[in-house]
Amino acid sequence: MTDRELMHRSEVAVSVELETPDMTLNIGPQHPSTHGVLRLIAKVDGERINSVEPVIGYMHRGYEKISEVRTYAQITTLVNRIDWVSGFANEVPFILGVERLMGVEAPERAQWIRLILTELFRISSHLVFMSSYPLELGATTPLMHVLREREYILELIEGVTGGRFHPNFNRVGGIKPNYGGGSKTKKQSMDLPAGFFSELLSAMDRMDQICEDIDTLVTGNEVVKARTVDVGVIPGDKALEYGLSGPNLRASGVAYDLRKVENYLPYDQVEFDVVSRQGGDCYDRYMVRLDEIRESVKILRQAIDIIPAGPLQAKVPRVLKVPQGQVYSRAENPKGEFGYYIVSEGGKMPYRLKIRSTSFSNLSILPWVLQDQLIPDLVAIMGSLDFVLGDVDR
Amino acid sequence: MNFWLELVIKLVAMLAIVLGAAVVTIYAELKAGSHMQTRIGPYYAGGKWGWAQPLADGAKFLQKEDLAPAAADRTVYGYAPYVVMMSTLAIFAVIPMGPDVVATKLDLGVYFLLAISSLSVLGVLMAGWSSANKYSLIGGLRAAAQLIAYELPLVLAVVAVVVQAGTMSLNGIVEAQQATLFTIGSVDIALPYILTGQILGFGIFMIAAVAELSRIPFDMPIAESELTMGYLTEYSGIRFTMFFLGEYASMVGLSAIAATLYLGGYAAPGIPDSIANFAGPGVFLLKVSLLVFVIIWIRWTWPRLREDQLQSMAWRWLIPLALFNIALISVFKVVL
Repeated sequence: MTDRELMHRSEVAVSVELETPDMTLNIGPQHPSTHGVLRLIAKVDGERINSVEPVIGYMHRGYEKISEVRTYAQITTLVNRIDWVSGFANEVPFILGVERLMGVEAPERAQWIRLILTELFRISSHLVFMSSYPLELGATTPLMHVLREREYILELIEGVTGGRFHPNFNRVGGIKPNYGGGSKTKKQSMDLPAGFFSELLSAMDRMDQICEDIDTLVTGNEVVKARTVDVGVIPGDKALEYGLSGPNLRASGVAYDLRKVENYLPYDQVEFDVVSRQGGDCYDRYMVRLDEIRESVKILRQAIDIIPAGPLQAKVPRVLKVPQGQVYSRAENPKGEFGYYIVSEGGKMPYRLKIRSTSFSNLSILPWVLQDQLIPDLVAIMGSLDFVLGDVDR
Repeated sequence: MNFWLELVIKLVAMLAIVLGAAVVTIYAELKAGSHMQTRIGPYYAGGKWGWAQPLADGAKFLQKEDLAPAAADRTVYGYAPYVVMMSTLAIFAVIPMGPDVVATKLDLGVYFLLAISSLSVLGVLMAGWSSANKYSLIGGLRAAAQLIAYELPLVLAVVAVVVQAGTMSLNGIVEAQQATLFTIGSVDIALPYILTGQILGFGIFMIAAVAELSRIPFDMPIAESELTMGYLTEYSGIRFTMFFLGEYASMVGLSAIAATLYLGGYAAPGIPDSIANFAGPGVFLLKVSLLVFVIIWIRWTWPRLREDQLQSMAWRWLIPLALFNIALISVFKVVL
């Protein structure tokens, strides 16, 4: 008698009452909709999920530890790569923290350039969401149209910084110096290129247009509504308990935006609304991001008029040494609150750098929100939280 | 003519037409989808417009290793693609492309069609079960639930056509649509069923057909963002090609059924009976490709529904509407 037959016989003999145990479904680390290498161990009963356990760490690159043996100028290249779709926005809170520790402040024009680039990266990051979310719901076409428009933003960023994804454009007390121009220009910073504002304006017009297009192609679609409205509802208090931030928190009715709360970059000089919605479902998280693109366009249009002329670099010593001290510096990233806890013992490198990355906290609600959902909703909910695995694992 | 010779000729012609149509449909999908996405699509293969891309893809698939998971049920796993393929090919045995251009004139043509086309669910279920993969299993079960649920509105929509035509022969249904309804001056006007009361039935049939095909917005059995590739996950090489060709062939098949039942089949105004056997296939292909394009168009526009939403749509909307449609058509049939 073969093993299989034996097993079969013993089962027949033992199981008087047939049981249907939960099936363990391993979703990821290689799966089309986990945005990289997230692994979910789901216990499913048919299509219904009884419990989900996220397993992270497949992309851990040890940035916090490496930072302890890198100078402050070198660390900005690392933090660029944490949340790779919004590289510049990751640099800003770090460089602001170092500046605060050193007691220097970047000149006003440099601050405005930082603001403009941050908002450009916010639009870029949200456009990535706008393209990938319909894909998770099964619509393939919005991806192409939206990513094409994102190219205009990336070209602007490339024009200023020289890089599309990882600009590494911040310096303590200013922005990137102009290398390669000989000894004369060595001390000068890279300013915005000529004709930047007119290109920015035409790009903003395109952004208005693509928001309209997304509205007609995706937002109004009955199937999209059927798949997202009242799916994965996160009430405001739960969102706060799990430490959600950014659009995910604002979609749950908590209008909390660090650009208004924290005093950093000249955000107080521009007018914009904090987008928030009450439902807390996937549809609201999607809509908040769509409206935030419009708000960012508004901010950028104002910035063109306000941005002052002037120097781009404050006086800092040639060899950067940060005095002893600790600082927690945070900023509103495209995905939410992004913070750095910098401990300096006085020296060229930080003693300890703790990164409070957004997606890590946003992801932590997954086991709660995926409880008793269906497998198709798992994908819809996971996509609506808009996390990047590099941002989760660091 | 010798029976066997005739059989061989019919088989070869049928295979050539069906597989040729499937390959053309694949190319149309590649190209139309690309243009809807502001891409160019296939460009190099074959020299002009990338016309040879589906053939190149096929040749590539043939070279791939035919993998089967270690835990798979080899026999079932191996036969599943052919079950799907066969049920699709058999559809074309009774589809008339001209008054006499038809492989078999069956009096129960409609009955045969519906019976044979629902066999493909067996193949899908076999594939999902035998792959020894949880994603495949979920995909296979979804497919079974979906195909059975949408078989009903499909059949009920067709019943209304049978009632109106008074025959189950596909040739008979096409001829019934050629019957003169009224005359303007000296011109006899005949209208296809879609214009004579079957518009609701046509809508139900097309929705159910897209669901039967497991295409967006009803592609949950495959759902690559959820189940990677559903019941196709473990297939590769020639067996995957079979599934792939089968999908597109059944797309042509269901469009052909819809064209026959609702759009007047091979008949078109202004074509005299003397050349109907020659012009028929052309007219028929035109109607089929129109419907195929609509199905492609839907796929590149819409997201995917959820499994429970799909079921509630079938049971709460399509089936009652189809029953209502039958009642309506029957009343008109008796009264008029």
